Amino acid sequence: MTELSLRLAVSLAQIAAVMGIVMLTVMILTLAERKVLGWMQDRMGPMEVGPYGILQPIADGLKLFFKEDIVPAGANKFMFSLAPILAMVPALIGFAVIPFGPNETIQLFGMTIKPFVISDINIGVLYILAFASIGAYGIILGGWASNSKYSLLGGLRSAAQIISYELNVGLAIVGVLIMSGSLSLVKITDAQAGGFWHWYVFAFPAPQIFAFVVYVISAVAETNRVPFDLPEAESELVAGFFTEYSGMRFAFFFIAEYANMVLVSCVAAALFLGGWNAPYPGTILAHIGLEPFAWIEGVAWFTVKVYGFLFLFFWLRATLPRLRYDQLMKFGWKVMLPIALANIVVTAIAMYIYNQFK
Amino acid sequence: MDHLFFGYFAGVIALTAVLVVAFRNPIYSALSLLIMFFHVAGLYVTLHAEFLAAVQIIVYAGAILVLYLFVVMLLNLKTDDRYHSQWRAAGFVGGPLLIEFLVLLAGSLAAPPAALPRVDIETGDNTMAIGETLFSTYLFPFEVASLILLVAMIGAIVLAKREVPETPAS
Repeated sequence: MTELSLRLAVSLAQIAAVMGIVMLTVMILTLAERKVLGWMQDRMGPMEVGPYGILQPIADGLKLFFKEDIVPAGANKFMFSLAPILAMVPALIGFAVIPFGPNETIQLFGMTIKPFVISDINIGVLYILAFASIGAYGIILGGWASNSKYSLLGGLRSAAQIISYELNVGLAIVGVLIMSGSLSLVKITDAQAGGFWHWYVFAFPAPQIFAFVVYVISAVAETNRVPFDLPEAESELVAGFFTEYSGMRFAFFFIAEYANMVLVSCVAAALFLGGWNAPYPGTILAHIGLEPFAWIEGVAWFTVKVYGFLFLFFWLRATLPRLRYDQLMKFGWKVMLPIALANIVVTAIAMYIYNQFK
Repeated sequence: MDHLFFGYFAGVIALTAVLVVAFRNPIYSALSLLIMFFHVAGLYVTLHAEFLAAVQIIVYAGAILVLYLFVVMLLNLKTDDRYHSQWRAAGFVGGPLLIEFLVLLAGSLAAPPAALPRVDIETGDNTMAIGETLFSTYLFPFEVASLILLVAMIGAIVLAKREVPETPAS
């Protein structure tokens, strides 16, 4: 019994650490997005709160926390409260299978613990896809429960968009799964060790470069970001599915969107760009004899890759105009889907031939 | 422990399945169906079929039920329209099913069911086990099922496609 409770305590500590880091990242992102957008548009961005505006996220958080929580007349109160939770939980739960650092084990109180992944389950990729698809419910129900036409239209748009682009995300990943032969994110990252030419985006015999592009575009669409932010298009729908939300309920939707951005960036880094593996064989810290600290380098590379993707999200927002709705659907079904399917066929044939001559 | 989990999942599945047809508001029905799908996935996990559990959630909860919700919201059904007197149809379907259930129950009490052939999952990779069984032993049923789905898809497209009025020849 003590072993069970100890195991529980260690797991809870890991979960708390990961959630803390994710929440901190979300806070940094809210500031970083405004700063990056500001610089790209030749502005300063937020400058008022704290030196150079770096305390802005705290001010925003306090404001949202103390704002009045309004439930509109005629809204379905139960669903209206449930929707933000349904949006946020799936966004956070996916981090349970992301490997943040080297696949090492440490012995603690006679137990074997993997410090850089909460749970290495053998269907990690499917687990993330499953919960990503559940995130749509929060948006649809939030739109429906608000008793507002703008919200409902935003929710419906979002449902159609998420179903269409989720398919492309899933199919883009299949090529990587064929090459690695595993669904576990830890195993997939391990298989990409030894330099950037082993990362699946460049790897022999079937570079997943097209799948990578399809994944990134579809991930932007799935997280409702510009240029695919039709569910919240402010010029047509006020604010889409969260028009009627205020206070903490709005904050939940907001955190869910940013946590989803971080999650899809983590998945992209782990599947296509080698996860925590450095772009050169081994690690520098291990080469100069600091083997016990090599994990720092791994975690640092993972962080760099994830923040690279997050910067891409901001960059797209500053650069591209919003798509029209029919363009969005046409692009998803007539361009992305055939590319993803062709990539699966080519990868499968290439892997078959490669295994014959190996 | 296993029995405890099974009891919980089975109980919630039975309860939410009844609620799906008992709720008057179609949105609540869809939500209880969502809870049911999750517990069915939980049953798969207790059977060490994690792949099936994940696919259950992705396909049913993530795609099909979202489409249901989509349609329910677009149609905006009034409760009156939804409840025609369907007792006769329900009786026709439910009666034989109940009899069948009782017969099966009596049969299984008399003789314990023969053990199903076990797929060896020593490696802990049930995904590979499912893949190998599906593409060797059950290849033909698998292909037939995919063909049926293709036919259904073509049928849906044909039904939904609007006839383009022919332009008068100039």
